[in-house]
Amino acid sequence: MRYVAPTSVDEARSLLVDNPGSRVFAGATDLIPQIRAGRPQPSVMVDLKRIDRLTSVSHRDGGWAIGAATPTAALTANPEFATMFPGLSEASGLIGSDQIQNRSSWGGNVANASPAADSVPALVANDAQVVIASAGGTRTAAVDEIITGPGQTSLGDGEFIIEFTLADMAAGTSDAYLRIIPRTEMDIAVVGAGVRLTMDGPTVAAAKIVLGAVAPTAIRVGEAEAALVGNTLDEATLAEAAEAASAACNPINDKRGTIEYRRQVAGVLTKRCLLIAADRAQNGTA
Amino acid sequence: MTATENPPTYTWVGTRPIRHDGYDKVTGKARFAADLDLPGQLRAVYVRSPHAHARIVSINTAAAEAMPGVKAVVTGADFPDLGAADPEYDVSVNVMARDTVYYHGHAVAAVAATSRELAADAAAAIVVEYEELPAVFTIDDAMADGAPLVNETNFTKFVKADEPSNLSTITNLERGEVDDAFAAADLVVEREFTTAAVHQGYIEPHACVVDTGADGRASVWCSSQGHFRVRSSTAAVLGWDVSRVKVTPAEIGGGFGGKTTIYIEPVAARLSEMAGRPVKIVMTRDEVFRATGPAPASKVRVKVGATNDGELTALEAWMAYNVGAFGNVAGLVGAMSVASYKFPNLKLEAYSVLSNLPKSAAYRSPSAPHAAFAIESVVDEIAQKLDIDPIELRLKNAAVEGDVTAMGMPHPRIGFVECLEAVRESEHYQSPVPDGAARGIAAGFWFNIGEQSSATVHVNEDGTATVITGSPDIGGSRASMALMAAEELGLDVNSITPLVADTESVGFTDTTEGSRTTFATGMAVVQACRDLIDDMRSRAATTLSVDVGEVIWADGAAVAEGHDPVPLASIAAQSKRTGGPLTASASLNAAGAGPSFAVHCGDLAVDEETGHTKVLRYTAAQDAGTAIHPSYVEGQLQGGSVQGIGWALNEEYVLNDDGSLDNASFLDYRIPVASDLPMIETIIVEVPNPSHPYGVRGVGETGIVPPMATIANAISRAAGIRMTALPMSPPHVLTALNER
Amino acid sequence: MNRTHVNCTVNGDDVDFLAADGISLLDALRDELGLTGSKEGCGTGDCGACSILIDGKLNCSCLVLAPEAEGAEIVTVEGIADGDHLHPLQQTFLEGAALQCGICTPGFLVAAKALLDTNPDPTETEIRYALAGNLCRCTGYDKIIRSVQEAAVQLREVAK
Repeated sequence: MRYVAPTSVDEARSLLVDNPGSRVFAGATDLIPQIRAGRPQPSVMVDLKRIDRLTSVSHRDGGWAIGAATPTAALTANPEFATMFPGLSEASGLIGSDQIQNRSSWGGNVANASPAADSVPALVANDAQVVIASAGGTRTAAVDEIITGPGQTSLGDGEFIIEFTLADMAAGTSDAYLRIIPRTEMDIAVVGAGVRLTMDGPTVAAAKIVLGAVAPTAIRVGEAEAALVGNTLDEATLAEAAEAASAACNPINDKRGTIEYRRQVAGVLTKRCLLIAADRAQNGTA
Repeated sequence: MTATENPPTYTWVGTRPIRHDGYDKVTGKARFAADLDLPGQLRAVYVRSPHAHARIVSINTAAAEAMPGVKAVVTGADFPDLGAADPEYDVSVNVMARDTVYYHGHAVAAVAATSRELAADAAAAIVVEYEELPAVFTIDDAMADGAPLVNETNFTKFVKADEPSNLSTITNLERGEVDDAFAAADLVVEREFTTAAVHQGYIEPHACVVDTGADGRASVWCSSQGHFRVRSSTAAVLGWDVSRVKVTPAEIGGGFGGKTTIYIEPVAARLSEMAGRPVKIVMTRDEVFRATGPAPASKVRVKVGATNDGELTALEAWMAYNVGAFGNVAGLVGAMSVASYKFPNLKLEAYSVLSNLPKSAAYRSPSAPHAAFAIESVVDEIAQKLDIDPIELRLKNAAVEGDVTAMGMPHPRIGFVECLEAVRESEHYQSPVPDGAARGIAAGFWFNIGEQSSATVHVNEDGTATVITGSPDIGGSRASMALMAAEELGLDVNSITPLVADTESVGFTDTTEGSRTTFATGMAVVQACRDLIDDMRSRAATTLSVDVGEVIWADGAAVAEGHDPVPLASIAAQSKRTGGPLTASASLNAAGAGPSFAVHCGDLAVDEETGHTKVLRYTAAQDAGTAIHPSYVEGQLQGGSVQGIGWALNEEYVLNDDGSLDNASFLDYRIPVASDLPMIETIIVEVPNPSHPYGVRGVGETGIVPPMATIANAISRAAGIRMTALPMSPPHVLTALNER
Repeated sequence: MNRTHVNCTVNGDDVDFLAADGISLLDALRDELGLTGSKEGCGTGDCGACSILIDGKLNCSCLVLAPEAEGAEIVTVEGIADGDHLHPLQQTFLEGAALQCGICTPGFLVAAKALLDTNPDPTETEIRYALAGNLCRCTGYDKIIRSVQEAAVQLREVAK
């Protein structure tokens, strides 16, 4: 095994092409324990953190470009970002302890493709786009086009994520993310819910609801979104959205939760997230 | 807060000095076993069973032995067969499987190589052929008619047993007329409880370095609660005389009972003997979870009868503990732990049940938490049904001096009533329950033990003293030893250096367990100090030309009427002229261990939509007898409480269908984190143990006993659901809420 | 396995070492530099006993590859005292009995320092969440939290 820290995207791309069995990494918070346990033994470990573009955060022309290897701690500590995307910021801040926060990145969270990744529902709810380094240059895709199943992505051999782009949060719009874990920290989401709402006064003008850890990939709940648009968030509407969220789940039983539990709590979190996002959208906390 | 009965006046006992070993621990200098390296040292890595129960058909180590850097390989064939009658037989087979593996993760072989990576590569090249055997994992399956035999060498103890069985022990206890009492009772509550296997969860994995010399003697440095037991067990497993093994205890990174047995030392010793080089073994966290210590899972049925005014008239209990693949007395100990209430009529049936799971190990008040979760839950339900305050109901039935335990042992002077009263009078219990929350109460008992201890005390020529014991210090006991010695000798506690010595530098001392160290080793320290004082009085008498009977010891000096006091420092300075060095040793087998009771009070809120429980406030009261170093007594109460809260809420062994552990990591074996908890308030109750010179009762054990029922009782009052299965994790609580 | 020559500073000293590319920074600190104060409790970033500061940021050194340390400023528990003058956190941990077995203590001290370096007046809840990545099995956290609170008071006094 060899460690290399390229300083340009081109250099990284060449390393991947030239070395079969090589792996890119940013925080490697999942990869290093796997290597220790003797599972994958990459030929070359390509550290992306010394490529400026992969760790830079820029905000201009009505949008954001966020390097794929940017530590999530740097995002949650960025007041402009955290104010504009409170839900996405909170989701990013839930990936592990403070120690992990200084390593974990959206790039790693998306490329690992864990169904329970906290940033993913919030990224999808905010229509995050991904710029990918490919053999021929770069290509762009939506986050939900990248993740195809547990641990599975549409990234080809030699491809890696360079950066994420987000359009500025429009007026009257905000987001929220909640998850349930057995403890209060240091757990993997049993259920996660990311919501983005645009409010026209008390009425929902647009909605995106994305659930995590309840299906092989994060899922959008179109039925719940449809139930909301044009309505106020009264009890009946919230109950309808929650029910639709529960119905959309396709979870598994595992050491972290049961099918029944995930289904039921998906509805609860959806409802709670909607209220938080609506409050933020209406009161301009976004 | 401290509640004290007739407090004696002490100069040092009861103060809170900085612990002597603390400086090295806050600067990173303290040497734990994994921190030690010897020249030429090899690293060893294990091969472990991928089956829960299988016959080992063959092991081929040839390829591994030929790999680079590999210096030695061991399998079961490299260890003697002690025979099933040997008391160390189970340990020897657990350390390294012979012809059968009994659980997933059972050690099958180990490789020593020049680096951990090379050893791991070689371990992966060892080929083991298995023939799978039927396996059982639960109490019900293991006790079923026709169940596959877990371990063909296990015969049931305490009964006549001609055939091997899945039962390790059967205990039956009875007093009074239980059936008549239930018939006469105004109220009978009967429930069945289950608890999952839990791990001690010490943060330091097992580690050792062993150097077996050309003279055939092994020097062992290791993480253990009892290095004399490491010595005897290691020697036994190797088929050696005890004197061939010297064990030096490193600092120990937590044990809680889990480091009272051995796993790795004989393997390192044999590898070192074969390679002629020191061998270091450090378990991975995965190995710790898969192959060491859990505390048993359990199933307990409890039936309690009561009168309408809250007198508990009868207890009937059936208890089974899942002890893993080797014999264990967990069931007996569980029966012994039933001792809190008078129960004039009582019938207990307790079993230790084998299964194809790791050999269970002691964990803080072993077996008591399981029984107390059940009994304290039912007692609380009776209080609810009779609408009696839960503390008043317990006070009405609490055992006092002279009442007998389930085993028929009369209690000595105990402080259960005082603990209940202390909680009742506490600011916590007197304050209103917060909105949206509920309050639970539960009690716990542990009998504590005495056993053998040794201590040597030197008075140094500069007037300081060194206190040497054989008790590994897992929670601040060196500071307690120094405090008792300071009190005896009349020295400043900072003039005393407390040490833990190796097996050849101090007299035999039993393991640090059962809350015995401050009690029994403390007694040895006090005895050695008193012998020293007699020596110093005698020397002062000679110097002063008075009869020794006229010399008393006061404030660190020999005092005779009509003479200036002769301080310890000047006696020390004169020692060469008065008979040589000042030193004394004491060894004893301590009798009169003082049982310790605890009463806990917890406020919590249940999120009824998610089943998530949040502990808002928690108070632990416990009888310490006398708190030698109150900060570390509080620490024991707090640590035990939080381990119990973890056991109550989230900790559990999650097994796959093949008996492998699905959550062998700190990510998914969820011990409490700081943000899960409030401060843990403590009330140290001091009802001195008359058998100890300072009134000490052990305090380490009991704190883990009450929390499970405290939490369950609070959840019952918060949400109207009676949780009978641990852990009370969000999915389990939500299921119960849905069924409400 | 390839080996990389790594140059960095550890506790203010310029150091260099040769590290196999697949080993963790924790292993390099312990085995190559003899700094055994940082402990391995899990090797998976779940216990925090190996916590160190890298360029002022809190990290689990078991989750960092040794060659990543090139050019970095590293602080371990061995480096948080000022010579023989203990850091206020070390002193309050001693006085507050915030350790029992002491295996988690190095990680807690480093994590608490990282917190107080950026947030000199944290609430109890902030302390509890900031230290949630550090497991302690002995103390129930109570005395650790109180000792961090006390150190924060002392550090604010010094800063005045």
